[in-house]
Amino acid sequence: MIAAHLPALQVVVPLIAAPLIVLARRGALGWLLAMAASFASLAIALALFVQVQAGGLVSYAIGSWAPPWGIEYRVDSVSAFVLVLVSLLAAFGAPYAWRSIAAEVPADRHYLYYATFCLALAGLLGIAITGDAFNLFVFLEISSLATYVMIALGRDRRALFAAFQYLIVGTIGATFYVIGVGLLYLMTGTLNLADLAARIGEVQGTRPVLAALAFITVGICLKLALFPLHYWLPNAYSYAPSAVAAFLAGTATKVSIYVLLRFYFSVFGESAIFERLPMREIFLVLSVAAMFLASGAAVFQDNLKHMLAYSSIGQIGYITLGIALDNQSGLTGSIVHLFNHGVTKGSLFLLAGCIALRVGSVRFADLAGIGRTMPLTTFGMVIGGLSLIGVPTTAGFVTKWYLVLGGLDRGSWPIAFAPVLSSLIALWYVWRFVEIAYLRDAAPALARVREAPRSMLAPALALTALCVYFGLETSFTVGAASRAAELLLGGPR
Amino acid sequence: MSVFGHFSYEVTIALMIGGLYIVIARGNLVKKLVGLSVLQTSVYLLYIAPGKLVGGTAPIVDPRFVVYSNPLPHVLILTAIVVGIATLALGLALVVRIREAYGSIEEDEILEADRAAGPHGREA
Repeated sequence: MIAAHLPALQVVVPLIAAPLIVLARRGALGWLLAMAASFASLAIALALFVQVQAGGLVSYAIGSWAPPWGIEYRVDSVSAFVLVLVSLLAAFGAPYAWRSIAAEVPADRHYLYYATFCLALAGLLGIAITGDAFNLFVFLEISSLATYVMIALGRDRRALFAAFQYLIVGTIGATFYVIGVGLLYLMTGTLNLADLAARIGEVQGTRPVLAALAFITVGICLKLALFPLHYWLPNAYSYAPSAVAAFLAGTATKVSIYVLLRFYFSVFGESAIFERLPMREIFLVLSVAAMFLASGAAVFQDNLKHMLAYSSIGQIGYITLGIALDNQSGLTGSIVHLFNHGVTKGSLFLLAGCIALRVGSVRFADLAGIGRTMPLTTFGMVIGGLSLIGVPTTAGFVTKWYLVLGGLDRGSWPIAFAPVLSSLIALWYVWRFVEIAYLRDAAPALARVREAPRSMLAPALALTALCVYFGLETSFTVGAASRAAELLLGGPR
Repeated sequence: MSVFGHFSYEVTIALMIGGLYIVIARGNLVKKLVGLSVLQTSVYLLYIAPGKLVGGTAPIVDPRFVVYSNPLPHVLILTAIVVGIATLALGLALVVRIREAYGSIEEDEILEADRAAGPHGREA
């Protein structure tokens, strides 16, 4: 039965596609294989999601070695949701990449892009599906190494240095994570996350476990770009090829947030983190700082992709705020935002890529009056921008609603009010784009500019449509997220 | 317990701090990668040293042996070494391309070159 092996196939399909693409050495064939792998991943992720919603938990023993000795793949309502997000963005990014990569990467390297794309996809899916702490590290590095290569493919030479900086920071993050896992292994003698959760109670609060918590927290927060550990992110997203920026903005940081959720709630347990240690205060301060300072920085960027990147750091603040609130509404908001922001920022970066393709620049100075020459793209950007602000009927509103509820449940008016107030900053930077796109006279250089080719515009606008769809029809996202939050708040399994 | 009782931990921590310091303090990209490698190597020690018992053998079931070393950390670190080599190789490959594009591998000179090139940047 193939259905029994879906968890393994989820990772194996893109992982096998990568070497096949390298063997094929042809851009077109590579693209077809990457498309096939992405859509197969999406189908598998949806099938697993349905299974999990019906049955609760899917556990798969790799090579039939029973957990906790062997590596276990474990799909519960949290990981199934993240798998859907990652493979969804891959399925939108793959058709888009054909024209976008053709324009931005030299022809002899196309197949290498598609191979690294499949590797990054396999790594990200692996992080979400594995139930083994060391296996998670390996997938983290598979996805990270592929990501560094993809960023370095950018046309601008600054992409190279951005990739190098990300490599340094990402490796420090992953090394810290593995130090933390090593300390946990020394204390408990297990690497299986569920087994770790069962055994950690005996050693909870000892110095090595506290050190492990510190290393894992800092390491993962480097990867998820929590303010002030976000230094690598803006340049990496801005100078990478557009298709890469869209895929990473929607998935890489989100998967790291999943790892943080997994360790905080499933392994250490919320009481160990939030009641005995001042982690709530630390995360509240950093989240609010991200929401205001990073969003504030977005207002003053002179480049569309830089603005979107700083906005991402601000939006990550919303997600970590929900984690720090540590109650049903807050955590639901956090997990919904993980999904909604992935979709929103993915669509915005795809549309920014359409502009980059036709205009050849994403600097605001070159985009005056773009709303008249690329009306569909600009309209999509505005819809995505409204979702960033959190206007009702968009996906972003759903999140803020739950975060505000979570803040009220915590009994703190200032925290409940913070997401609303920082939305005003989002309104400011989105309005700046609207003003430049619609209210300024068109630059003469833009006169010849047309809409991007359909193979790019269609996936980008379809993803934008999803921002609105998930704002109106919330049963899928909120339903999945609230079940995930319930599971996480149920304490260590 | 003498000073040497925790010798392996002391070496591990010294390498960890030293490696991280080199990454942060040096502007030369190759030296940064050297520091990164030292940091990663310290983790290999962190895993392997506690797995070894004095007088322990490989875990083969035999009535003659009662003390076994834990083989799992060794296997894990084999994987981590591969990851470390891949990271170092990719990092050095990036440094080669940075040198081709910028003519320098000093962080401050690269940032200066970016400022001089203006907001439109330059192709790699």
